[in-house]
Amino acid sequence: MRDLTTPEVRDALVEYLYALADDELLVGHRASEWTGLAPILEADVALSSIAQDEMGHALTFYQLLEGLGEGHPDDLAFARDVGNFRNAIFSELPRGDWAFTVVRQYLHDVAERVRLEALANSTYEPLAQVARKLIVEEKYHLLHDRSWVAKLGSATEESHRRMQAALDRAFPYALGLFEPPDGEAVRLEAGIAPAEQELRDRWLEEVVPFLESATLRVPARQENGTWQVLVEPVYGGRRGRHTEYLETLLDAMQMVYRMEPGAKW
Amino acid sequence: MTVQERYEEAYNDPYYEEKLAEFEARIARGEKIEPDDWMPPEYRRQLIRLIQQHANSELIGALPEGTWIPYAPTFKRKMALVAKVQDEVGHAQLLYRAAETLGKPREQMVEELLSGESKWSNVFAYPAETWADVAIIAWLIDAAAIINQTIMATGSYAPYCRALKRIIYEESFHIKHGYEMIVTMVAGTKRQRDMVQDALNRWWEPIMMFFGPPDKLSVHTRTLQRWGVKPKTNDEQRQEFLSKYVPQIWDLGLEIPDPNLRYDETLGRWVYTEPDWNKFFRVINGNGPMSKERIAVRRLAYEEGRWVREALEALAKRVLTQPEPTGIVA
Repeated sequence: MRDLTTPEVRDALVEYLYALADDELLVGHRASEWTGLAPILEADVALSSIAQDEMGHALTFYQLLEGLGEGHPDDLAFARDVGNFRNAIFSELPRGDWAFTVVRQYLHDVAERVRLEALANSTYEPLAQVARKLIVEEKYHLLHDRSWVAKLGSATEESHRRMQAALDRAFPYALGLFEPPDGEAVRLEAGIAPAEQELRDRWLEEVVPFLESATLRVPARQENGTWQVLVEPVYGGRRGRHTEYLETLLDAMQMVYRMEPGAKW
Repeated sequence: MTVQERYEEAYNDPYYEEKLAEFEARIARGEKIEPDDWMPPEYRRQLIRLIQQHANSELIGALPEGTWIPYAPTFKRKMALVAKVQDEVGHAQLLYRAAETLGKPREQMVEELLSGESKWSNVFAYPAETWADVAIIAWLIDAAAIINQTIMATGSYAPYCRALKRIIYEESFHIKHGYEMIVTMVAGTKRQRDMVQDALNRWWEPIMMFFGPPDKLSVHTRTLQRWGVKPKTNDEQRQEFLSKYVPQIWDLGLEIPDPNLRYDETLGRWVYTEPDWNKFFRVINGNGPMSKERIAVRRLAYEEGRWVREALEALAKRVLTQPEPTGIVA
């Protein structure tokens, strides 16, 4: 890629990488809140693996940011203020019940896979390489998530009710994953990343039929080849506007690291 | 078959003495007992008790450290702590399965844990107050556990030995991770060193108690040793721990909060202030500082997960009762 030297392109790339990294970090953090407490031991072990993978993905993206002069990954995760986080609000929502966890993880993982597939062709080669590597792990996550969604969608009345409630709550927030970070036109022009609208449509193409096959109602439909969503997306996260949930989460996550500035742990 | 029925069967068995002699001869030869082999009911009962308590301890042991996952500083520590607690949960799963081979269903064991009928290790009944506690637990409690487990792995019951072998392998990484955390903090700021010393001060007595009451207070030790249920005594295990870890702790410049602790050349063993064993018994009987809290958290998780388990059961039944697909020729 030719233009990374211009500040405009660099900033657009940095903004995008923060969005990717912060989403991964927070989804991983939320998943790890189940470690030791999941409904069955087997699920506990599986979700803990996913949590570690997501944290590992976050670390990889922060390392790309480090390469662009943004600082050490630990400082970026454990010492950055809430207003500088670029995750979608979706990723910071509390873990909820097992249904919400499964639904969020599924919606997140499809979004991540769709994004990584596109980024595998990014003109920013370090990002393209990372994307090709991480796609492999996402396949296993999706096997896990799809199996849970399919089972709980129709197993019992209660499981169906909980899954539908989880989806109703999650969906408008999940659309926030496709709120374009600042500099989208610059990234498109430079071939760094595709338009969010395009990723959203690919995501809808996959999640809507699957969720419907799991007997869940989804507030989106396709008309004449165009996707329409019937709810208002919750935006703001990509601009640094967050909920108190993220503040509480960061207070905990950064507590020890910020206790002794400069100390090693 | 219930435990009671097994005892009655053994009592009425005219060949019981012969079978017992053969069983003990097998163990003396170093053979391992498999689930379908004959075994005295008391052997079965003691093993279930031990393995179940061990499984409970892994499951409850996930909580004090699990509490710290959201606070773990740095990527390395955060991922390692999730991995470690995940291992403990995996160990619980392995061990409940090993106990199941002796005829006790997992559901029953979970209920006995929640009702307080079945015990778990004293060390998890204490709070993990600071991040340094996480390091002390990963280093010294896992070290104590590995000493105990390495000895138990030489025992006579094959499924338990197999589970332990895998567990020990994973625990050895935990110890390294814990030790590295301790070294990092001890080499850090004064506040960090103080945190480690403070954690050690609070955890020392529970760790000394971890191996159980002294042999003179322990009732079953002889038979359990002969049957290879518990190949070494509590005191032997404690001595092994002290020999291996006290020098390491001193090397780091940390103080052990026991003025009487020293290696006595004449006696050929460590001498120390005897822990307050009444306190120990209070703790393992559910009256430790965090005993009720730990069980309450487990119960809450169990209740919150009930609908999920019910959903999975409903699906499993549906699959079983579904008619064979028609139109397919085998």
